[in-house]
Amino acid sequence: MLRYSLRRLLGAIPTLLVLIALAFFMMRAAPGGPFDQERSLPADIEANLRAAYHLDEPLYMQFGRYLGGVIRGDFGPSFQYRDFTVTELIATGFPVSMRLGGSAILLALIIGVTAGSIAALRQNRLTDHAVMTVSMTGISIPNFVMAPILILVFAIYFRWLPAGGWGGGQLRNMVLPVIALALPQIAYISRLTRGSMIEVLRSNFIRTAKAQGLSTQTIVLKHALKPALLPVVSYLGPATAAVITGSVVIEQIFGVPGIGRFFVQGALNRDYTLVMGVVVFYGMLIIAFNFLVDLAYAWLDPKVKYS
Amino acid sequence: MTRLTVMFAALLTLAACSGDYQALGPIGGESGTELAERQVIHIGNGADPQTLDPHRAQGVPESNIGRDLFEGLIAEAPNGDLIPGVAESWEVSEDGKIYTFKLRENARWSNGDPVTAGDFVFGMRRSVDPATLSVYSFILAPIENAEAITAGRMPPDTLGVTAIDDRTLEIRLANPTPYFLGLLTHSASYAVHQASLQASSGEDYWRPGKLVSNGAYQLDQFVVQSHVKLVKNPHYWNADAVTIDEVYWHATEDINAELKRFRAGELDMTNVVPKAQLPWIRENMPDRLLIAPYLGSYYYGLNVTKPPFKDNVALRRALALAIDRDIITKQITAAGEIPAYGWIPPQTANYKGAEMPEAAWTQEEREAEAKRLYQQAGYSAENPLRIELLYNTQDDHRRIAVAVAAMWRQVLGVETTIVNQEWKVYLDTRNQKRTQVYRAGWIGDYNDAYTFAEIQHSQSELNNTGYADPEYDRLLALAAAETDLDKRAEYLHQAERVLLDDMPLIPIYFYVTTRMVQPWVAGYEANIMDHFRTQDLKILKH
Repeated sequence: MLRYSLRRLLGAIPTLLVLIALAFFMMRAAPGGPFDQERSLPADIEANLRAAYHLDEPLYMQFGRYLGGVIRGDFGPSFQYRDFTVTELIATGFPVSMRLGGSAILLALIIGVTAGSIAALRQNRLTDHAVMTVSMTGISIPNFVMAPILILVFAIYFRWLPAGGWGGGQLRNMVLPVIALALPQIAYISRLTRGSMIEVLRSNFIRTAKAQGLSTQTIVLKHALKPALLPVVSYLGPATAAVITGSVVIEQIFGVPGIGRFFVQGALNRDYTLVMGVVVFYGMLIIAFNFLVDLAYAWLDPKVKYS
Repeated sequence: MTRLTVMFAALLTLAACSGDYQALGPIGGESGTELAERQVIHIGNGADPQTLDPHRAQGVPESNIGRDLFEGLIAEAPNGDLIPGVAESWEVSEDGKIYTFKLRENARWSNGDPVTAGDFVFGMRRSVDPATLSVYSFILAPIENAEAITAGRMPPDTLGVTAIDDRTLEIRLANPTPYFLGLLTHSASYAVHQASLQASSGEDYWRPGKLVSNGAYQLDQFVVQSHVKLVKNPHYWNADAVTIDEVYWHATEDINAELKRFRAGELDMTNVVPKAQLPWIRENMPDRLLIAPYLGSYYYGLNVTKPPFKDNVALRRALALAIDRDIITKQITAAGEIPAYGWIPPQTANYKGAEMPEAAWTQEEREAEAKRLYQQAGYSAENPLRIELLYNTQDDHRRIAVAVAAMWRQVLGVETTIVNQEWKVYLDTRNQKRTQVYRAGWIGDYNDAYTFAEIQHSQSELNNTGYADPEYDRLLALAAAETDLDKRAEYLHQAERVLLDDMPLIPIYFYVTTRMVQPWVAGYEANIMDHFRTQDLKILKH
């Protein structure tokens, strides 16, 4: 197990290197630069700026400089937020995204697995159809449609909840963005759970359990749920990474200060260091979550062994 | 399922037709001027400020916050008039080159220190110092040696700014600059607190708890991507007249979300209004919508360094005349923009704008003239002009481009290819002059005709059309050296005439600002620079 973990961690290094190199050179290949604006800068001033940010050096030297920084945990200064370093920006934005995304994925997991299991047990009956219709709707209505509708209803008409802002992470500020973020996940997870639960319920060991006279409750909770969760868990790894690194749309619409917006704003502003920092951070998270998923597999499925 | 759909539809309908107007009490109580107990204001500010360092600030969001945090020698009244700021009075020498300012005795920094002439000397030197990496230091360019210092040819202490004593500041200019007082409202001219700035490592000085400022407010919080919170500066010399205690400047990049937060009552003022929502707003909350002229020109630039526009004035004029500006401003932009037949906005201070001679004609007459010029330029139905029209990706720009291309085709038979590029790509293409026709806008940096005139000067780095006319440059030079306001305006007026005759750019409309303001916000006046200070606002009882 330990050897396996070690091997996985070492294996992540070349992946990250390729990621950094790709992101670095692709970002630089895009036309325009961080200092381009409607009012072009006088040549002297632009030269000063380029020198201060080392943009006047050859590209391979800049790449080396960047790699060196990343190894030391230094992602460099942001071009757009001139008073902050990228490390600081990620450190302030990530906890917010983590809290928002973590709540959304937890909510999605609880509701999705419950709804999916119920639907599987009541297969082809009214409850099943209802759950699946709602979840199909959930999958097909995109975030950027759902979020404004939620705001319109709950913030503008009923005035129960704020239309935007984070308020330092108060519950009332979290409700709408968490729901908007969780809805498609609930939908997806409930469909996944239903499918795999139906399959598990048909398998031999469940038939044996039934023959032994165990109650439905015991069968589902003690025997069926664990194997039925396998596909959900493998979906959960990348989904969690995606949700906690911030949803651009949700953050923008609700004015949530997470790191999702850094991606888009950074790219639009050619904030090289900010985009790179978020990409590298995101890469590390995905690798970590995939690793966790594999560990969870070993626990859930006795057939999987790591050595 | 059906029930769910019905419920959902009912909710939507309810939400859609509900007024946001909750029953409001009489605003301002019985008298109409009664103040609310809590004097807190929430303002939409578009994006986050890039920095709170006034000398490195460049965008509108940071200059909005800057006017609350800092006070320059000169300030702006709600209607945009220049009023004394830290300077209580000033004198100008006869040749217009030496300004002597008397500073207020009671001006204080937020830590209680007096604001001295030395603080302004330090601030302005820092602003032009190349090491500061200021991108707006050109604002101080009229000051003696400023340009040479920014270019690194002279040390910062040679700047023509001297503290005669703690309360007397002398500024020497290279040329008389009639709009110089207006420049002193710009953040590039602000003083910064020398002792605390030099005591910090510099990196984290512009943060809550460290930043010392001399305006009506001081920094309390900066939550990136959320808001900047300011609280009243108790040491401000005019603190007794400041009503609002706390100001929240919210980052509101999503303009639709901003409007929703306004409708939910979370914002007292928005930064802009989404164009597509204007009809709805006009119908449902017209009293909260403020539209006012803005110091900006929307135009199509023509690259005159290459065919087909090189040395072809007739063609340039034909394209300019074939555009029906009324259709664009009434049916496309539709916020009250003013059709432009000249380059410099009509409300610009100390100036009377020039117009194309055809401005007074009917559109039919203009189109007839356009056809004549088009043929004179050597084009016809058999030999049509084929050009590329570039705009930066944005819906309004696209709609205008489609309309203009249709007008050119209908009137002249021009075949236009419309191309859009993402903002930074577009800037790159434009700077490299890989363009034929490009859309652009110019917002004045200060309220003077020169800020518009200078961008077509042959030596300006802002000149993207490639226009170079000795007569135009000569008139600009004359204007720059002239102390008499009327004469100077006349030179600039002549220059604008030359420009409109040569038509390196096609003016389309003059901008307006659109903003939502809650009825309980008192003291707000729209002005041509779109500048305001929170210290002039009040929250009425509601």
